[in-house]
Amino acid sequence: MLLKNEHGEGMMVSTIEQPTPTNSWEPRIVAFFCNWCTYTAADLAGVSRIRYAPNARIIRVMCSGRVDPQFILDAFSKGADGVLIGGCHPGDCHYMEGNYKALRRMQLLKRMMKDMGIEERRFRLEWISASEGERVKTVINEMTEQVRALGPLGLPKKFAEWDKELESLEHEINGKGEAIHA
Amino acid sequence: MPDKPKVAFYWCASCGGCEESVVDLAESILDVVAAVDIVMWPVAMDFKKKDVEAMADGSILVSLVNGAVRTSEQEEMAKLMRKKSKLIIAYGSCAHTGGIPGLANQFEREEVLRYVYEESPSTVNPQKTRPELKVITNGSTVTLPNFFNVVRALDQVIDVDYYLPGCPPTPKLLKQALEVLLSGKLPEKGAVLAPDIALCDECPKKDTKPSDLKFTEFKRPHWMQIDPKVCLLAQGILCMGPATRGGCEGVCISGNMPCTGCFGPPSRIKDQGAKILSALASQVEAKDEKGIDETLATIPDPVGTFYRYGLPVSLLRRKNF
Repeated sequence: MLLKNEHGEGMMVSTIEQPTPTNSWEPRIVAFFCNWCTYTAADLAGVSRIRYAPNARIIRVMCSGRVDPQFILDAFSKGADGVLIGGCHPGDCHYMEGNYKALRRMQLLKRMMKDMGIEERRFRLEWISASEGERVKTVINEMTEQVRALGPLGLPKKFAEWDKELESLEHEINGKGEAIHA
Repeated sequence: MPDKPKVAFYWCASCGGCEESVVDLAESILDVVAAVDIVMWPVAMDFKKKDVEAMADGSILVSLVNGAVRTSEQEEMAKLMRKKSKLIIAYGSCAHTGGIPGLANQFEREEVLRYVYEESPSTVNPQKTRPELKVITNGSTVTLPNFFNVVRALDQVIDVDYYLPGCPPTPKLLKQALEVLLSGKLPEKGAVLAPDIALCDECPKKDTKPSDLKFTEFKRPHWMQIDPKVCLLAQGILCMGPATRGGCEGVCISGNMPCTGCFGPPSRIKDQGAKILSALASQVEAKDEKGIDETLATIPDPVGTFYRYGLPVSLLRRKNF
């Protein structure tokens, strides 16, 4: 399934929809693919009828350098379990330097996300040229298995959990609470 | 003579610097006192919670609430001020974006309590006594507020009408805000009462900022003799200016100290930390992983640097455990 990003500017606005209700959890991966290389490779994989895991929601961006670190954090905070970025090989960027900018940002973002308790393995930057349809399959399959092994990240659910302490307080103010260790 | 409009000040998890900034109005504070009735100001006046409770709902024109929300007491008072006030202003970085107390969102509540009550070098507590919410002693009940797991900005607890950013807000912005509110010409709800531009835009060193920076190392201000005329980023010093709202008129920069981001981001940025990370990292000179990592290793604490005042309102809100 290929989804186009309708929002050229700013953030993704919609919450990533839940997969059809089943009891088994499936990893949800948001993939930002550059228009000139990796997205074209994904197209090639499609027309070549290469089968790969259906867990990646692909968003086409003009360049891996267009992937604002905010997009990645936004994806995680709205329920993604993993984020994949695909760009042109070093030296091949349509805009000369975009993929280097992406690499530099992601090196620091990876470190920062680790400090924020998000495993490095939920996140991957991969260079895939337009002719590497087979590589799209390999990377998406590997990423899906890697994220599956880590289990759900589930941030929206965690945010709701965290905010329960505000509700429990209402209870306490009304004098119904028991003394508990702080 | 009609009643003067009522104004209240309240503080939550804060350092008192915001209170200080009100006093920094200097002689202008006399104009403020002449124009309004201050009905609550714990740091300076002897009004109690019950006095506020006795007031009619919505009878306070504006409450300026500073500080983040970390305890049940702060939550309760924030909710009370909301009920009694027509307008709530989140005053200062902590109320606006979580502030310095928000950095505690990198730790679990238990870690914080253990350190403070057991492990800190100045603590003597062999019985490992911890505060309790309710203790019955000699037949009377003593209670303490609950200490939350998450530090929150004010608008994560109550509805906020306006924001006055800064650690602390400058007297000039406070004065402008009070003038606007008293004039009755209210800005759009949710407005941040400071210009919607990046600090770089009003920076006194703006003209010397190169279009391409090419970082090889991020230096700390005390390592070097800073050229007072040149953009700090151009001198290799990590400055939050590109991702921070202006309005302070570059007070730190004018003192040759880099911006640390206290005004929060301008409106088109959702996550200040991610944005400054993007702006700085993309301009590292190296092109290979090893070289990039070496340069970026000179930013030892990205979370504490990029989210110094805004971790609770960041996209991830707190460390994930």
